[in-house]
Amino acid sequence: MSDDNLVEIKDLDFAYDDRPILKGISMEIPRGKVVAIMGGSGCGKTTLLRLIGGQLKPSRGEVLVDGLSVPKLRDDELYALRRRMGMLFQFGALFTDISVYDNVAYQMREHSDLPEELIRDMVLLKLNAVGLRGASQLMPAELSGGMARRVALARAIALDPMLIMYDEPFAGLDPISLGVIGQLIRKLNDALGATSIMVTHDIQESLQIVDYIYFMSDGKVVAMGTPDEIRASQHPFVHQFVFAQADGPVPFHYPAQALTQELLGKDAYEQS
Amino acid sequence: MSRKLLDLWVGIFVALGLAGVLFLALKVGNLSAGNFADTYQVTAKFANIGGLKVRAPVKSAGVVVGRVVDIHFDAKDYEAVVTFSINERYHFPKDTFALILTAGLLGEQYVGLDPGGDEKMLQGGDVIAQTQSAVVLESLISQFMFNKASEGPSE
Amino acid sequence: MSNPRQNSGGALLSGITKLGHRVNDALQRLGFAARFFVMLLLHSGQSFRRLHLTIRELYFSGFQSLLIIMVSGLFIGMVLGMQGYETLQRYGSAEALGVLVALSLVRELGPVVAALLFASRAGSSITAEIGLMKATEQLTAMDMMAINPIARVVAPRFWGGVISMPLLAALFSAAGVFGGYLIGVVFIGVDEGAFWSQMQASVDFRYDVWSGIIKSFVFGVAVSLIAVFEGYDAVPTAEGVSSSIKSTVVQSALAILALDFVLTSFMFREA
Repeated sequence: MSDDNLVEIKDLDFAYDDRPILKGISMEIPRGKVVAIMGGSGCGKTTLLRLIGGQLKPSRGEVLVDGLSVPKLRDDELYALRRRMGMLFQFGALFTDISVYDNVAYQMREHSDLPEELIRDMVLLKLNAVGLRGASQLMPAELSGGMARRVALARAIALDPMLIMYDEPFAGLDPISLGVIGQLIRKLNDALGATSIMVTHDIQESLQIVDYIYFMSDGKVVAMGTPDEIRASQHPFVHQFVFAQADGPVPFHYPAQALTQELLGKDAYEQS
Repeated sequence: MSRKLLDLWVGIFVALGLAGVLFLALKVGNLSAGNFADTYQVTAKFANIGGLKVRAPVKSAGVVVGRVVDIHFDAKDYEAVVTFSINERYHFPKDTFALILTAGLLGEQYVGLDPGGDEKMLQGGDVIAQTQSAVVLESLISQFMFNKASEGPSE
Repeated sequence: MSNPRQNSGGALLSGITKLGHRVNDALQRLGFAARFFVMLLLHSGQSFRRLHLTIRELYFSGFQSLLIIMVSGLFIGMVLGMQGYETLQRYGSAEALGVLVALSLVRELGPVVAALLFASRAGSSITAEIGLMKATEQLTAMDMMAINPIARVVAPRFWGGVISMPLLAALFSAAGVFGGYLIGVVFIGVDEGAFWSQMQASVDFRYDVWSGIIKSFVFGVAVSLIAVFEGYDAVPTAEGVSSSIKSTVVQSALAILALDFVLTSFMFREA
């Protein structure tokens, strides 16, 4: 493994029971970069994040994070590695029974014996970074969707992780919040010297902020490149994705028999 | 809610709960009656124990002095072996008489101790030699009937 | 068209297949529950090292159940007082009312009814809480933060329930005895001295009271385990959580009554 890559995925297979989700995925995530993994819903993007975080075990292949083979780690080693990872969940996954402040302070209190004054300073700094220092005493239920996502972001970076993973950071946000989150992802990555992996299907926002993009379809990597390369790509799948066409390599219709056959066939069946 | 207040409420809850246990132990139950006092065990053999059960009281002069802790059957001489524990405070002479009595006409059965006059006292593990079995109502009645029947013709 | 005989044969076969799947699923779940219980015990250290985690749960499942437990206990004791007096006075042994009330409460009603109330009051809310945390990915988030959700969320709730249960059952019985006293002595006029002395003569601490406490401890373990497991194993949707809550209450009730039968037959065989 070259030292330039923080995460390397080699020839990875994964299946739920007998249903294959990922088939022979290989990826390299260089240090310090923001990388997007894109694809239609249900193509296995979130599963990939879970595999990197060690919450799922692959049926074949290798996941290396900072030189460590994630599937082979013992529980305590895995937890030690996860302390250096931050993850933003699709809908924030804030702890609903404690305040914004306590949410951000949670890991600091769990993983360190730092005095409360020091924790307070760190929490306020993190909240300031996402522009929500004033909201520190609110409860998660009182936040808008965009604000909750920013708090979750502050929580994800609470321990200054080396790797930040984002699961659909833009899902369900208005255009303004969406832009704010996008800028934050870029800014925080550079300020912390971290590496970011972002799973999303929001192509336009991603093209503006990421360094590299992988396209996935049906459990395989179908295309990859820098934003400029993607914009210029003639690959039919990428073309359909970038220009949001309804039909293309990704069919509009769920697999079914031909419409005429289904409509007429029923008649034919009953008459027999 | 602040942690101090939380601790206070939980403290109240635990104190109340323990008070409940204490109430059950002392006021409802008989823990106050020295149930856990030191005891010594003696055994006695009876030809028939009737309806005597484990945990039945052992009384002397009507006062509870102990409890039956074990009953089993001796297959050698076909007798019931009853073990009871007696409160350490009470001592009985060696020739104490053990009887199985009934509280009221149809009440529970218990062991009665009738102290003798021996100088030596019963020790733990001793066997009480003199016993009287339970009065079995059926045999009493049949005896009575038999007597009546034999008297019958003379009347 | 296929003939009906073949059809019914097919239905039977698919019925058997379904049954097989259900048995298989049930066994798998049982195995998971057992593994879960072991994990729970292994990760219980934190619940006691950081006692405030458990104290918080004692507040929610213990303190907040106090009112319903004590009021129910009082009413049950009062009913026992009335019914008991009604029956006992026919045989001229109304003084035995104290014995009747105390023994029924301490041996059976206290542990059982308190546990049933606890399952529906605290057990269901534990399931709901954990189930919702799962549905909103809070448990996964915690796991990704290198914080074990079983140690941090599940175990304290379990131990909170286990500790609360015997205390609540004792309070239930105590309130019940007081209710019986209220009806029997204060309203009906049974002799107060006889009421207490007969009670004390017949209720044995080790045999009756202690057995009741052991029972309520066992019920506490069963109900708390069912509650945390149903929450942890909930299908992470709104319907999934609500059906888990339902099965917490149903399974707890069944477990309490079945365990009560087993324990009673062990504890009170001589009586």
